[in-house]
Amino acid sequence: MSEQALSSFGTDRARKRLRRRRAADRRFKWYGRAAIGFALAALALLLASIFSQALSAATYHVVSFRIDAGRVVAAENTSGALKEVYDQVRADLFEAFPDASGTPAGRQEVSALVTRLAALPIAERLRASPARRGMEQVSLPLSDDVDLYLKGAAARQVTINFGPVAAEPTEDGQGVRLSGAGAFARLIAAASLEHANVTDVSFLVTGGRSTVRLTRLSADEAEGSLIAGTASEFGNRALCARIILAPQSERTVSDRQIAWALALKADGRVRRVPHWSLLTHTDSTQPELAGALAAIVGSFLTLLVTASLAIPVGILASIYLEEFAPKNRLTSLIEVNINNLAAVPSIVFGLLGAAVFLGVMGLPRSAPIVGGLVLALLILPVVIIASRAALKAVPDSIRQGALAVGASRMQTVFHHVLPLAAPGMLTGAILGMARALGETAPLLLIGMVAFVADVPRGPGDEASALPVLIYSWATQAERAWEPMTGAVILILLAFLIAMNVAVVYLRHKFERRW
Amino acid sequence: MDGSAAGNEVVVTPEPAGTLALGDAPRMDCRNVNVFYSGKQAIFDVSLPIPDRSVTALIGPSGCGKSTFLRCLNRMNDTIEGCRVEGEIIMDGKDINSPVIDPVLLRSRVGMVFQKPNPFPKTIYENIAYGPRIHGLAQGREDLDEIVEKCLKRAGLWEEVKDRLTVPGTSLSGGQQQRLCIARAIAVRPEVILMDEPCSALDPIATARIEELIDDLRKRYCIVIVTHSMQQAARVSQRAAFFHLGKLVEMGDTDQIFTSPRDRRTEDYITGRFG
Repeated sequence: MSEQALSSFGTDRARKRLRRRRAADRRFKWYGRAAIGFALAALALLLASIFSQALSAATYHVVSFRIDAGRVVAAENTSGALKEVYDQVRADLFEAFPDASGTPAGRQEVSALVTRLAALPIAERLRASPARRGMEQVSLPLSDDVDLYLKGAAARQVTINFGPVAAEPTEDGQGVRLSGAGAFARLIAAASLEHANVTDVSFLVTGGRSTVRLTRLSADEAEGSLIAGTASEFGNRALCARIILAPQSERTVSDRQIAWALALKADGRVRRVPHWSLLTHTDSTQPELAGALAAIVGSFLTLLVTASLAIPVGILASIYLEEFAPKNRLTSLIEVNINNLAAVPSIVFGLLGAAVFLGVMGLPRSAPIVGGLVLALLILPVVIIASRAALKAVPDSIRQGALAVGASRMQTVFHHVLPLAAPGMLTGAILGMARALGETAPLLLIGMVAFVADVPRGPGDEASALPVLIYSWATQAERAWEPMTGAVILILLAFLIAMNVAVVYLRHKFERRW
Repeated sequence: MDGSAAGNEVVVTPEPAGTLALGDAPRMDCRNVNVFYSGKQAIFDVSLPIPDRSVTALIGPSGCGKSTFLRCLNRMNDTIEGCRVEGEIIMDGKDINSPVIDPVLLRSRVGMVFQKPNPFPKTIYENIAYGPRIHGLAQGREDLDEIVEKCLKRAGLWEEVKDRLTVPGTSLSGGQQQRLCIARAIAVRPEVILMDEPCSALDPIATARIEELIDDLRKRYCIVIVTHSMQQAARVSQRAAFFHLGKLVEMGDTDQIFTSPRDRRTEDYITGRFG
């Protein structure tokens, strides 16, 4: 368009102003897109970090054993059965790795592959059916340190596969000498990135179910001592070398334990399976045995108490305030205070719960009933505010229409206003519940952080809750808790997302236009 | 529901509009009505007899208090915070503002149609059936079906909706919605129907249908209509009352008001000099 054509639509100044206005429009749009992009990126980053952390907890390694069930069933009590199972497991392991089982230290190292508590579910299961006899195949989780190593998450490590090389036993019979022209050059190259010192860095070479720890390494020849298996296994087969870049003294899992785990894996006795026990077990001191079941049930019971208190009270209060209460100084004071209450930090409600429910009323500590009461108080203002907003959104013409045909105030509200406000009220209630589900601080103060080994059977039992479980697992020192924490965060997120999806669905299904 | 409701069922031969005289006993008689909103006076000392079986139009510029006055007649002002009504409004020898009169019963005898069609977001059937149901006017389902059909017929809507009584009332067009609201109002067998600018949200064709309907309903009911349209007032009403700044300036037969107004302000308003 030429300047001349434009000039008929306005002066230069007017067009300049218009350009500025358009630029402002465009700028604003881009600010908005940038803000949304930032929020989405932050969300994606959060989810990606949790997922990547939790991913390794989705599966874990179990070892299979053959157990004489009859001997376990014959035990007097559970702890006797536990001892019997664990003794058989240990005996099995000692038999598999006889060279380490000569010394008490060696036996302890072998036993550490499977923790004692891991035998408890087996012992309980076998005792539950006393008719069992004979040998049974059972699977026990590997100790968390070995499990983490097998998942490649523990020490920094490099794995290199190389083809068959010549192997011969050393003179003393305790070691193996491997030789092949230039076969180990890659190994040296990979290691020299960090260390070249054979004493600090473990070079483990595995063939079949046997492993040597290298003591000498050159490009054409390597020599090491056997830590598992026999020298004869190294000849004429593909070998795998692992360079573990952390010294043994700084690791929770020794070279020998790694070699044993690899041997069990080569036997097909170690398998990687889905980590269902995360959902079916209760909390434990051992990461490989711990699960979130008690916390899930605890959270459910807590929310049950919260919902049965906060939703009816909140909705009735909002109906009264919005539809019946006279608009005077008292009600506006109440309104201001409800809004203030919604902004009170949640930990203050925890203090209140500890002082009133535990101190004055003497309710049990760590119980969902107390947690539920505290959370109900916490979300009550949220529910009231959301419900009042939903009632306010119902047009006055509906109320007038109902009153004009002779409906009473109560009939007007319950026949006409409530059905229209219900989706909004429900949304508020569910969002309040979602907030209650994620609250940690008040529950810490009323003692729901306690270690709970049993699934709570009622709101009066000791229980934990999901966010509190996350808190307590995240503060544990052992590394295996880290992916477990991520997994529980995902469980919690799944519940929250389910609640929010329910909100969207209900709103779409029941929303009515007028 | 008692005598009054039964009396409503008696079919009376409609009187021609012209025969209506001031001397007839009014259906509702307003005497010295004052209305205050939070202490501020909105209606000043209005006395207005409302004759039965005719249409009384309340006219006047915006904010003159005609809607406020209309809402006094079925005590809808009760629902407004800080609103106070003084004076007497006599219906069947009783002051409707006296504490012994329940506004719920009053509103079943004095129905109302609003400016914007406001059907309940329920089915067409439910819209009509709701009033009779809460007042216990129907014995059983057939009775209720009959009431719904009769009211929709009276509101001139039956032919258009008889095959889709279960669709939401809000899905109808604006004019149909307003007729549905009229049907809803007459379903509780009122004696008086108040209409607050019932056509201001409608197009001319829908407006014409409503006006026809009003003319038809006048045979059975006492109708009070607030309107901004002089032509509409002239077309549908037999009596007219001109309000200005909360005061009743002039009232009389519509013909007289429009042809030979006694007050200067009335004349200025109906000739379009202000308002």
